[in-house]
Amino acid sequence: MVTEAAVWEALAQIPDPEIPVISLVDLGVVKSVEVEGESVRVEFTPTFLGCPALEVMKRELERAIEAIGAEPQVEVVMDDSWSTDRISPEGREKLREAGFAPPTPRAAGPTTLVQLQSKAFRCPYCGSTETRLDNIFGPTPCRSVRYCESCRQPFEQFKTI
Amino acid sequence: MSERAQLLLELADDELILGWRDSEWTGIAPFLEEDVAFSSIAQNEIGHARALYELAARELGGDADSLAFDRRPDEYRCAPLVQARLVGDWAATIARHVLYETADAVRLEALKASDDAELAGLAAKMDREEVYHRLHAEMWLARLGGEERTRTALDELWPSALGVLALELRPLLAERLGRPEVEAVERVAPGAEFAELWQEMTLVRRSAPAGAQW
Repeated sequence: MVTEAAVWEALAQIPDPEIPVISLVDLGVVKSVEVEGESVRVEFTPTFLGCPALEVMKRELERAIEAIGAEPQVEVVMDDSWSTDRISPEGREKLREAGFAPPTPRAAGPTTLVQLQSKAFRCPYCGSTETRLDNIFGPTPCRSVRYCESCRQPFEQFKTI
Repeated sequence: MSERAQLLLELADDELILGWRDSEWTGIAPFLEEDVAFSSIAQNEIGHARALYELAARELGGDADSLAFDRRPDEYRCAPLVQARLVGDWAATIARHVLYETADAVRLEALKASDDAELAGLAAKMDREEVYHRLHAEMWLARLGGEERTRTALDELWPSALGVLALELRPLLAERLGRPEVEAVERVAPGAEFAELWQEMTLVRRSAPAGAQW
């Protein structure tokens, strides 16, 4: 008999396909887990809709559930329940260590250009806030590119959504 | 076809075709940052199209790919604004970007307030990503908005921008952009420029139809 805690533990072992330092549970894409006998129902809430890793994530969730001897039922939730605020504190720390500046907390209103051009963003390498926006877009939809004026290092900043 | 399915196809076709047009800049934008920006924007738009087609497929059958690629060119419902091939003309591309993103914002606000919980939820998710498209458009409008070529392109594309929206939303767009409501270029069966894009866009699909194995 599989328990809900065992499922969460199994899912917490799955690395994100693009940034493997962080797990899918840390990323916050697992919205809920329900166990009913041998069947495990998981609600998966995707990050960016155009993210090519979504299919891989869904398959990995199914595989992890099968590996603990249960029948997976992964449902994709297409609403706005995922936000960068769902990334766990541990996940944020792991991102920073890997050189990705974690997203700033979501504000009441949508992000503005003035905010992006402000000094609110900290370099993940040297900790300076003397950073400037280089490009709103980056190597994947979830990231922007910034430049640190202190340590002269470009870095990837997670967008807040 | 229900009104809902019709609406979903209009939205999805707009996002797919604009994504395709934006991706034409990949590798040849004026500088590297814009290669990255337009490619990323294209990827987002096509992701939105996929989610919208998936919703439509629940009613119409098939899947996102079959709705995106297996229809005849005259069955697409995309607005003329997104069909135009503007690659090579940066001013016109920025003008379309500004006009489309503003129109899309008006449309998404209306959808987010709709009674259709599924569509409202998806619109809210799309809107979170679109915020960054709008910031990018805003940044470029600040740079190029005063230039003659951009102003001309904005004037020329304005009637097509109105045509992106349902009648009742057009006054909101006119107000937001401070432009007069003129006669809109409506959604009609796509023309020759679209047919050419369709040929290119569906080539892989047609040479490897559903069920093909290799």
